[in-house]
Amino acid sequence: MMVTRNYMSRREVEQQRFSIAVTVLVPVGAVLLQVLMPRVFHGLAILDLPFVVTLFFAISRRSPIAGTATGAAIGLLQDVLTGQPIGVNGMAKAVIGYAGASLGSRIDVENNKTRSLLAFGFSLLQSFLLYLIERRLLGIRAFYLQWMHELLRAAANTALALPVCLLLDRAKHKE
Amino acid sequence: MDFLTQYKNALFLIAILLAQAIALAVQVRRPLDAAQPDGPSVRLIRMWAMTAVTPVERMTHAIGSGAGHAWSDYVDLRHVRQQNKELQQQLARMRIEEAAISEDALEGRRLQAMLGFRQSYVGSTVAAQVIGASGSEQSHMLTIDKGSRDGMKPDMAVITQDGVVGKLRDVFPTTAEVLEINDQSSGAGVVLASTRIRAILRGTLTGRVQIGNLTADSRIQPGEQVLTSGGDQVYPRGLPVGVVESIAPDPDHQPYTAIRVKPAVNLDRVEEVLVITGTQPDLSPGAQQDLAAAAAQHAADLNSDRLPGIYDDQTPGAAVGVNGAPHPLPVVHPDRFSSGSAPPASAMTPGAASWAQGSQSGQQPRSSQAQTQPEATK
Repeated sequence: MMVTRNYMSRREVEQQRFSIAVTVLVPVGAVLLQVLMPRVFHGLAILDLPFVVTLFFAISRRSPIAGTATGAAIGLLQDVLTGQPIGVNGMAKAVIGYAGASLGSRIDVENNKTRSLLAFGFSLLQSFLLYLIERRLLGIRAFYLQWMHELLRAAANTALALPVCLLLDRAKHKE
Repeated sequence: MDFLTQYKNALFLIAILLAQAIALAVQVRRPLDAAQPDGPSVRLIRMWAMTAVTPVERMTHAIGSGAGHAWSDYVDLRHVRQQNKELQQQLARMRIEEAAISEDALEGRRLQAMLGFRQSYVGSTVAAQVIGASGSEQSHMLTIDKGSRDGMKPDMAVITQDGVVGKLRDVFPTTAEVLEINDQSSGAGVVLASTRIRAILRGTLTGRVQIGNLTADSRIQPGEQVLTSGGDQVYPRGLPVGVVESIAPDPDHQPYTAIRVKPAVNLDRVEEVLVITGTQPDLSPGAQQDLAAAAAQHAADLNSDRLPGIYDDQTPGAAVGVNGAPHPLPVVHPDRFSSGSAPPASAMTPGAASWAQGSQSGQQPRSSQAQTQPEATK
């Protein structure tokens, strides 16, 4: 009996797929929740649920193009609903999606420790990108970074990312 | 072709970023119409998104408020009796304060009339419920459930009973977005209540409210009330904005000071608001009736102070009169012009000999003083 061997890259082997409903409804739901959560408790505005969803889809699909497109779409929707100039979050989350997918194809992203590190690091990266866009691109001189606050935000997003990723893991297509 | 294939991921990212950068550049151009901060295309996109999101927000708000009302109506009833008692006490206090304020308002009106000052009062308002927030720390905006169909227009002032919330920014058919005064792009003309110093109030990136265009002034102290000045043509004059919380030198803009203001409204917990849809040069008929009643009461009080009373203060040893005015000291050589020489009204008899005739003999004033003096010194 001959065993047939296919030579596939790690990315092709572990690339995850999601149903269209999950692909559309989860990002929309995340943005909606982000808009509604601070109405319950204003302190929840520190969390960035769309960021967590962007990162999850990026590292799960491991396709930079898909990650970029997903991040841009989620960010643009967030901009539309938050009253900010359209493109601020779109650009930042497009970069997050691209970087997350590129990194996800090289390391094991199923591990909770890895996910925590990724969430923490990419949250800080997003804060820096938003600073660059607001301060340099839009020329808002009053915009500045409070690093302690951004570290706190990164920690909060990391704490949020773990349960959200575990929940969304169930939505992956088994192939 | 190989280049495109090899770098397709990076090229896709660059294309996406470039497209959004161009879109940003188009948006940040200074708008021609101040009432429309977004261009027509951006406004259309926002309107579509808001139209799609509004039903969800309304539903969530309805569920949340329904649960809240159920809690407050059925579970929290045990506090109602105590709360009712406190409210009645508060009402009694406010009625007393209202009388004093009405007199101040009358005086203010007289002075304004003398100066020919034109002032706009809140004419009409529309109540609205907050159904959404921006969900971002960078922008402080609210979504209300009233839109252009209800008469909303951009730049209308939004208030609560406590003070100013902000102004309308984007108005859609059934909803509108409120730019809160603590948003970094917000601004309002204000005046400090006691010093009457005019200033511009701005929001900061961290969601605070501060005045940054004033130099150091020892007269400005924490606790001073900040009111709208009316100079920005958005907020009617005299609405409470907040109180001065702290004063510190502004390190970025010397020699100016950063005066931090604590908003009168808890901007994080706004549930219901009033949108000022119209102003008028005069007070409303109801308010004018109140002022007229207060004026009549004020005149009656003045007359009662000036005319001699039938009944005097009967408190033994009282040194002051009914209205706080001290009684005059007894005179050494009384005559008919001395205070207290006239008999009280209750002692006079219609048709009796006039007091003037009696006073000519020099007996009546002394006797009358002998009668009245003990009363006056009681």
